[in-house]
Amino acid sequence: MNFNNQKPLIHLENISKSFDGQLIIDELDLQIRENEFVTLLGPSGCGKTTLLRIIGGFETPDTGKVIFDNADITHLPPNKRPLNTVFQKYALFSHMNVGENIAFGLKIKNKPADYIAEKIAYALKLVNLDGFEKRKPDTLSGGQQQRIAIARAIVNEPKVLLLDEPLGALDLKLRQDMQYELIRLKNELGITFIYVTHDQEEALTMSDTIVVMNQGYIQQIGTPEGIYNEPENAFVADFIGESNIIDAIMIEDKLVEILGSRFACVDTGFGKRKPVDVVIRPEDVELTSKEAGTLEGVISHLIFKGVHYEMEVTAGGFEWLVHSTGMFPVGAKVGIKIDPFNIHIMHKPESEDEEAVSIEALEEQS
Amino acid sequence: MANLLRKKENNTFIIGSPYFIWVVIFIVVPLIMIFYYGLIDRNGNFTLENIAAIAQPVHLKALRLALWLGVIATVICLIIAYPLAYILSQTSINRYGFVVFLFILPMWMNFLLRTLAWQTLLEKTGVINNILVFLRLPPLNIINTPAAIVLGMVYNFLPFMVLPIYNSLLKIDPNIINAARDLGANSVKVLQKIIFPLSLPGVISGITMVFIPALTTFVISNLLGGSKILLIGNVIEEEFTHAGNWHLGSGLSIVLMLFIIVNMIISSIFDKTGEGNFL
Repeated sequence: MNFNNQKPLIHLENISKSFDGQLIIDELDLQIRENEFVTLLGPSGCGKTTLLRIIGGFETPDTGKVIFDNADITHLPPNKRPLNTVFQKYALFSHMNVGENIAFGLKIKNKPADYIAEKIAYALKLVNLDGFEKRKPDTLSGGQQQRIAIARAIVNEPKVLLLDEPLGALDLKLRQDMQYELIRLKNELGITFIYVTHDQEEALTMSDTIVVMNQGYIQQIGTPEGIYNEPENAFVADFIGESNIIDAIMIEDKLVEILGSRFACVDTGFGKRKPVDVVIRPEDVELTSKEAGTLEGVISHLIFKGVHYEMEVTAGGFEWLVHSTGMFPVGAKVGIKIDPFNIHIMHKPESEDEEAVSIEALEEQS
Repeated sequence: MANLLRKKENNTFIIGSPYFIWVVIFIVVPLIMIFYYGLIDRNGNFTLENIAAIAQPVHLKALRLALWLGVIATVICLIIAYPLAYILSQTSINRYGFVVFLFILPMWMNFLLRTLAWQTLLEKTGVINNILVFLRLPPLNIINTPAAIVLGMVYNFLPFMVLPIYNSLLKIDPNIINAARDLGANSVKVLQKIIFPLSLPGVISGITMVFIPALTTFVISNLLGGSKILLIGNVIEEEFTHAGNWHLGSGLSIVLMLFIIVNMIISSIFDKTGEGNFL
């Protein structure tokens, strides 16, 4: 789906926020369109949850504006905003049963009793928990509680649903099931989801648009494919999936020197003899016989991962991570070959600020 | 495995034994003695007369007054303590427990001394009246009235109301409150539908911890009520000390215990999780 044609719904303008003198979000701009599944993705402390809380009304930005449907809602309290939140640890009302929890928002708005009853039944059906009205939240499993939290939010028919790491407390299998549930829900409801997570797989699976954040800056905005295949900088490349990120020199258009060897590539417009970062995904590194490769190396590690083998190859003084269905034994001399389409060239970070950000983050990751 | 389990049980028993001995000597034995004395007469024959004695007008009046003053003191404590606990739970100045510490501080001073201090303050020619006269205001005449007793109860038992409420308020996850606001509730609705119901265990616990000592007190009524105002606690004390009738004293104690048990049953119904307990 192309979201460029959709109407913009939320506009964040020049948002900054600091806590105790520490800058959490730095002059951030972001547009979110109607009916979009947007994921704010980043490591802990990157400002993604703070940004969500600013949209939800639980924090006020130090500078900047939150525009919703052309109206400035920056200083509107949460109870007056036309959006609802699903909190990280469910935040169900333990003194009420499931039905009362779901009815809470509707009762506040003085909706008639039969309308409320209808809505509860509809919402419980939607989250596959029919007949749970009378249960107390503490008798439910984590996954069920999360579904109730979602049901409680959506009965209010918000235009936007904010989800703050809603699957963080669930185990892996349940988390995967809930990912499909959330996609289905979003399609059935036809509303905008803004989803916060630090789990890149979750983000890639569910999102229409991913906003990669680090240390208060947006690093890249794009579709899951775009973010994965065309990362804009080393941080994004490293955070999303596994990758080999190597210092290189762009000799000229379509030719790059990596670790002393020249590789054909498809990127242009970087200038001549410019230092760049190169990203090569482990599944894109081809291992061949010593003679057939562009670069020569030795296998230093070999692990069987089920779907593929994971190998580490020392070549040109760099430890290459390689995923392949074929294997070479440890100590074998191999050649490294890379398809020009699979070499992704990135600009080196320009400002010192950005550089500090990405290097620190990379160290943290490894 | 069975051996291991038995060993573990043994250990628990050994570690718990000092407490167990304490409970037997200072709680179980005195209770048995109260029931023993309460249910026999001076000649050692079984009788319910000591318990039935509560129906005597003078005893009934003392019980009614004790219940009444206890209820008033509890209500006043609740009215003062709830907003106080709420404010304490919201402020960041209390991050290091400083305000709570200030609250507990007077409790380190002897209870009797604190109440005696009130006697000096409230006397006809006491500190407060001297100040009032100096300011050309009419003096207060509350010493030796029920009002002075209630004041003494509120003063002495207020921390027992504040702390459990404060504790239960502190346990409310801020995201629960955020969720309520997110669903459209304004501050009044949040307080009424979320914060108050969730703090109820603390409130119930506080009520129990104020009402029971208020109901049974004889020191406060002795010191601040003069000898004119008799609460059921004073009556029982008199029987044990001056009148020397342990049988009647024990019988009336059993009646008083019934009220305490009823109170505790009610509170345990509300406070299933034991959330309000802070001791």
